Amino acid sequence: MAQQGLRIVHFLNQLFGGLGGEEAADAPPRAVAGAVGPGRALAPQLGDDQIVATLICGDNYVAEHLDEAIATLVALARAARPGLLLAGPAFNAGRYGQACGALCAAVQRELGIPAVTGMAEENPGVELYHRAVYIVRTGDTARNMAADLGALLRLGRKLVRGEPLGRPRSEGYFPRGEIRPARADRPAAARAADMLLAKLAGQPFETEVVLPRFRPVPPPPPVPDLRRARVALVTDGGLVPRGNPDGIESRAATKFGVYSIAGKHDLDAADYEVSHGGYDTSLVQADPDRLVPVDAARELEAAGVIGKLHDYFLSTTGLTNPLANSRRLGREMAEYLRQAGVDAVILTST
Amino acid sequence: MTPVAEMVGSNRIVAGHGICTPLGDAERSPAEERALRRALLERALQLLAAPMPPQGGS
Repeated sequence: MAQQGLRIVHFLNQLFGGLGGEEAADAPPRAVAGAVGPGRALAPQLGDDQIVATLICGDNYVAEHLDEAIATLVALARAARPGLLLAGPAFNAGRYGQACGALCAAVQRELGIPAVTGMAEENPGVELYHRAVYIVRTGDTARNMAADLGALLRLGRKLVRGEPLGRPRSEGYFPRGEIRPARADRPAAARAADMLLAKLAGQPFETEVVLPRFRPVPPPPPVPDLRRARVALVTDGGLVPRGNPDGIESRAATKFGVYSIAGKHDLDAADYEVSHGGYDTSLVQADPDRLVPVDAARELEAAGVIGKLHDYFLSTTGLTNPLANSRRLGREMAEYLRQAGVDAVILTST
Repeated sequence: MTPVAEMVGSNRIVAGHGICTPLGDAERSPAEERALRRALLERALQLLAAPMPPQGGS
């Protein structure tokens, strides 16, 4: 326990902060002195430490004004002069999880103090923030709130004291992707053989290399009326205007381009090239419509099968791209398409 | 490459004609190639307008 008590700020959403349920999800950020709601359950574990302030904000408010809400919350936290911030836990609540993750990341960065939150494994906040933020693994519901908050406090104290942490599993947080060299007692071949034997025998084993997990994506509902729909063409085949003005990399692309097809009834080979190291590009080079089917899409637009072909196609290169990159590109492309009022996308891939 | 599309969670997938030429076929005449391209696009639009059951996860 610290000599001088640790000043802790706690962040809660509208529900746990006592403002109400969904009807209070638009509540703007505010600070209250001392502990609120679940924070009070921490009292027996606090010792000399204290929750000096509780920040509360509605889930929808954060989701709809992310940057501004986080900036306000950081300012409110700063005013309380904390040595540690605890957020949530958010359990399985997605908007709350994203708010907790975003706030912890911002507080770490701008106040230079440790921040800890907690979520259930399926919370989208884990996927988004596990690298930047210490996220304690909790259950799905608030059933074990006191124990879960206690875990946040325990980890937070270690971070404040600068104690070395054990592996994520033993400390109870989601792996952040940190890799530290360590000496193993046996060669890799022996360890791998043991894992294989355990697997064959149906016994548990712990992998040393965690494969990426892809969550199922709920299929969006169908386009209600294609004849009124704005349809956009997107490709990961690396088609770019001649000269590759945006410098889209031919592998591990870090960006995507937005290229006008306004007034075009097909794509002219003279105007385009391909930046993609993973396939023989000669056929697409000879006729770019083989990758981005502007000619056929225009026919369908003229025939009224679709309402409108969006005036731009989006392009990037889908070759040996780290998942973090391609996930980010996907989110950014989706945001562009959403803002452009696109109703449906045809993504072409090589 | 449709298994990769399924693996990462895509729900509406149309198999293209070839890896290097998803919406084309250089062995066909231009008119036939256009017809192929249009047919693939129409198939994609059909999927966009159809309800889709959720995939089992991976």
